[in-house]
Amino acid sequence: MKFTEEHEWLRVEDDLVVVGITAHASEQLGDVVFIELPEAGTEVTKDEEVCVIESVKAASDILAPIDGEIVEVNEPLVEDPGKVNEDPTGDAWFFKIKAADPSQMDDYMDEAAYNKFIG
Amino acid sequence: MGELLRTPLFDLHVELGAKMVPFAGYEMSVQYPLGVMKEHLHTRASAGLFDVSHMGQVILRGESYEAVATAFETLVPMDVLGLGAERQRYGLFTNDAGGIDDDLMFANRGDHLFVVVNAACKDADIARMKTALEPDVSVEVIEDRALVALQGPAAETALARLNPVVAEMSFMDVATVTLNGAECWVSRSGYTGEDGYEISVPAAEADALCRALLGMDEVEAIGLGARDSLRLEGGLCLYGNDIDATTSPIEAGLIWAIQKVRRAGGDRAGGFPGASRVFGDLAEGVARKRVGLAPQGRAPMRAGTQLFAAAEGGDPIGEVTSGGFGPTLEGPVAMGYVGSAQAAVGTEVFGEVRGKRLPVMVAKMPLVPANFKR
Repeated sequence: MKFTEEHEWLRVEDDLVVVGITAHASEQLGDVVFIELPEAGTEVTKDEEVCVIESVKAASDILAPIDGEIVEVNEPLVEDPGKVNEDPTGDAWFFKIKAADPSQMDDYMDEAAYNKFIG
Repeated sequence: MGELLRTPLFDLHVELGAKMVPFAGYEMSVQYPLGVMKEHLHTRASAGLFDVSHMGQVILRGESYEAVATAFETLVPMDVLGLGAERQRYGLFTNDAGGIDDDLMFANRGDHLFVVVNAACKDADIARMKTALEPDVSVEVIEDRALVALQGPAAETALARLNPVVAEMSFMDVATVTLNGAECWVSRSGYTGEDGYEISVPAAEADALCRALLGMDEVEAIGLGARDSLRLEGGLCLYGNDIDATTSPIEAGLIWAIQKVRRAGGDRAGGFPGASRVFGDLAEGVARKRVGLAPQGRAPMRAGTQLFAAAEGGDPIGEVTSGGFGPTLEGPVAMGYVGSAQAAVGTEVFGEVRGKRLPVMVAKMPLVPANFKR
């Protein structure tokens, strides 16, 4: 698993990259009440806003961590946004990207580095 | 920015694991480990304890209650003189333009008037009262008392364990009650839409009183985050968001707070700042009104969201002034101002969220029915 400074995690599954937010991020956000997912088939570029999540406190953007095509989104999350608080790194993934350039992942932190990053 | 102030309950908040944030010059608890959603639901289902010690507590004294009330009526468009002993009322400081400079609670405590004002406005409010009322009426700022609110359907059961007298109080009654050995000034009121109490307690005894309450099964500590979603569902205004120096009480839908005796034709009509605008608004109607808003989708509409009459084109007809997620409604909830033409309950308007216009229904307030003990 890789981690971004935006508190997203990336997990490689076969030839796809699964993206979600970290437990730390979900704790900071508080109870998540709304998620707007991108559409499958969307071409995205790194750092583009592709997703919005809102907690009881505020709205946050989720950025595409890498270039590629979004091939699948986690639709059930829309009906059950609280899952992001319950299982942020498991069931509550947001979308899967077919990476255009898998080497973009090399820049991101491993778990130890991320834990250090969040102090 | 000066150093943040702390309430007498600061250590207790920290011990309970509160997340502390700056609010109106104080370090206040926005939430506890339970989280905003569960804190909100707990308050509606049982009882929540809130620290609102940042609010201003002021005692006004003069020759008699009547003398104080008569003087105070020059600042507020409420019937202060006619308020019964040991009774409380909601009030507004209006300005010369007929806008609202703050909202407040005032209580007839027999020989004096007890006033509670918003934290963010309290310095200005105190200055206003001193300028207008002294020397005939003394303005005593109470600095040595905490203020806590116990809110929810189980509030009576919980507080009555400390003194059964509180169960006899009706909505908006006030009384001096000994709780956990402390002399408290209690009102049966609050700002959540639930039954409950607000309790002014000597600072030195506040921690022990709160621990006694939190030791009861019904009671959980609740932060300002849930206080905001509770009052929003309850259709209650947040000063600075839903009402401000430019909104008249009539636009804000607070006409109920201006008793007939102070309106045109009443025995003590007018005589408060901005009376001509308030009376003009009453007689001629207003161009915009505060309404409850129920977004039809799942997306919350936050304060500042622009409102439109149609799904496409046209200028904004209003704006959301408070909005978020209502845990009891299990969906987004908001309030704001719309043109009078769109103010009828059931009117569909559109809120622009991230460039998209989403349908929102003008809804009856409060969005969650109040649960007061009348």
